[in-house]
Amino acid sequence: MIRDAVFYMTSWLPESLQILVWVMLKIVFILVPLILSVAYFTLAERKVIGYMQLRVGPNRVGPKGLFQPFADVGKLLMKEVLIPSKSNKYLFLIAPILSLAPAFAAWAVMPFSDQLVLADIDASLLYVLALTSMGVYGVIVAGWASNSKYAFLGAMRSAAQIVAYEIAMGFALVGVLMAAGSLNLREIVLAQSGSGIASWYMWPLFPLFIVYFISGVAETNRAPFDVAEGESEIVAGFHVEYSGMGFALFFLAEYANMILIAALTVLMFLGGWLPIIETAPFTWIPGVMWFGLKTSAVAFFFLWFRATFPRYRYDQIMRLGWKILIPVTLVWIFVIGIAKFYTPFGGFFS
Amino acid sequence: MSEIRNYTMNFGPQHPAAHGVLRVIMEMDGEVIERCDPHIGLLHRGTEKLAESKPYNQSIGYMDRLDYVSMMCNEHAYVMAIENLLGVTAPIRAQYIRVMFDEITRILNHCMWLGAHGLDIGAMTVFLYCFREREDLMDCYEAVSGARMHATYYRPGGVYRDLPDSMPQYDKSDRFSDAETKQRNEDRSGSLLDFIEAFTERFPAYVDEYETLLSDNRIWKQRTVDIGIVTPERAKALGFTGPMLRGSGIEWDLRKKQPYEVYDQLDFDIPVGTNGDSYDRYLVRVEEMRQSNRIIKQCIEWLRNNPGPVMLDDHKLAPPSREDMKGDMESLIHHFKLFTEGYCVPAGEVYTAIEHPKGEFGIYLISDGANKPYRVKIRAPGYPHLAALNEMSKGHMLADMVAIIGTQDIVFGEIDR
Repeated sequence: MIRDAVFYMTSWLPESLQILVWVMLKIVFILVPLILSVAYFTLAERKVIGYMQLRVGPNRVGPKGLFQPFADVGKLLMKEVLIPSKSNKYLFLIAPILSLAPAFAAWAVMPFSDQLVLADIDASLLYVLALTSMGVYGVIVAGWASNSKYAFLGAMRSAAQIVAYEIAMGFALVGVLMAAGSLNLREIVLAQSGSGIASWYMWPLFPLFIVYFISGVAETNRAPFDVAEGESEIVAGFHVEYSGMGFALFFLAEYANMILIAALTVLMFLGGWLPIIETAPFTWIPGVMWFGLKTSAVAFFFLWFRATFPRYRYDQIMRLGWKILIPVTLVWIFVIGIAKFYTPFGGFFS
Repeated sequence: MSEIRNYTMNFGPQHPAAHGVLRVIMEMDGEVIERCDPHIGLLHRGTEKLAESKPYNQSIGYMDRLDYVSMMCNEHAYVMAIENLLGVTAPIRAQYIRVMFDEITRILNHCMWLGAHGLDIGAMTVFLYCFREREDLMDCYEAVSGARMHATYYRPGGVYRDLPDSMPQYDKSDRFSDAETKQRNEDRSGSLLDFIEAFTERFPAYVDEYETLLSDNRIWKQRTVDIGIVTPERAKALGFTGPMLRGSGIEWDLRKKQPYEVYDQLDFDIPVGTNGDSYDRYLVRVEEMRQSNRIIKQCIEWLRNNPGPVMLDDHKLAPPSREDMKGDMESLIHHFKLFTEGYCVPAGEVYTAIEHPKGEFGIYLISDGANKPYRVKIRAPGYPHLAALNEMSKGHMLADMVAIIGTQDIVFGEIDR
């Protein structure tokens, strides 16, 4: 319907441009709410951690501090973008974009509800996996281009960490696609429908769910895996030399990634847009709302972790990734395979 | 010849984990520290030299600023050194007050240490929990001396004044409802002693809170167990004192071994570690907080039942009351002489040490009989600890460096003086 209206209003344009306008509009419809939620996620983090730490968080800008994100953006926009004199200028400027773009692009295949998806491609899971791995290039390039030892250490740490956790994450997703029999995110969610919460994949794939979420926290460089930033060790790690908008883009990317990981966890293990119980009062709530609620709930854990845990050391993270998470996923993939084809529980997965 | 070379890295002085102005030049092999060289002196203010040009009493304030997280303990050593040279002792009530405030200071210091150490290792929340308690204790400082940090409360011959009978209360504000304000003022309705007692009642539960967050936390243990091990022999050879020495398993505490003031009449235990690693030192300090709480309770009990003078009645040393000064010529002269010229201390030298929260804090005082010290040498406990940084951190990773600086409980006010 909206599509028809857009095409009608732009009927004076050639058809290829009409399609372009329509695609652009769709991108705006996804990105604007996304950027807004990223902005308010930063506020939510400060508020939530504030209350966990017996503080009140920001409360000066606007009612209850609600306009704080805009004040932050305004401040960062007006700051000078300092480029270190011995840095590689081009790489230095490209790096923040490299880290932000994949975090946004991954949302193209995100099914917000049964119908609401920008690009319903067959291998959307693979696409997401590919794009989330791209994010590490931003970090490495930033660390390299800054020509600073602190930034370089941060980049090395994060490269090693993300490679290790990418594998655990990938294996966890292998379990999901074995269970769903599809690489399409929409179909993965639909495979979890039936009897509400009981048929979500978090139950049969519980170890993978945990591994995936832990890897997700590590992928986004969040506490307790924030060695790449390591506030108290390497100051800010890879983005130590960035200021103004360069810094803001890294900041945005980090929070966009967090929401992305939370959303993916919801899609793959927590039934996406499906209601908790598939009966009357719960089905009245639209799917998008369910999706948003679940994503917020998962995202809350990111904040909770940050307020609770000390930081791992670099080598300890590696040990956890290679020696615990990856073996767990391998074993569980094997278990799923056997369960699916050689036991009567196979029906649970289809 | 290998192509891979070590590199040097500059850590600080503008580093969030440098605890002030520490600067370390590290030689690193990847993430592993091969050698590190701490540089000091960025906070040097010449305290020792300044003290030589001032009457004795006027340097008490400088002592607060040495280790600026355990202010009154610094004063205590200085004041006690002067008293030893003069051959006077403070009234017993003043001694109890001093001991009570020494232990309050110990909790203040250990709270600060625990918070900063947690923050260094990435546990943010402990820091703010600790500062909640520091707030109450700072209020005690404020109630008794008017200043929240640099108290200048101890004087040769006693303490500046007796404990106040009332605590300042929170005003009504638009941030808190009347009921909340009333609740905030609940502990403040009585005297300072009531306020401190209420604190000692709730403090053990707070320490439990810190321990829930850290003691059995796997990440915390991975980050502190076997980090920066110091054997008992090395700890002694390196001149460690305080929790750093006790963490290595040596039971040495001046409060027990060379009791000063009224410590010999109080009941408390000295915790010691076994492995000499960061985790043991953490446990030792946490237990010290609980023991300090015990001591404070005993002091409150005694102070409630035993009123008396808190200052010697010798107007060569202690100022006369304001009232006397206005009406009595003799008192006016005493007041004038004390605050301009000060008092002369008999020639001689003395070394007085106290069990400071960080270790043995000593003042070596030489007097040539004048109204100013001939020489003041400060033995800062953090100095030998920092000197051992290279030995403690060799072979550890960069992240452990931060944990080791944290476990040493370094404050540059005292090291750089």
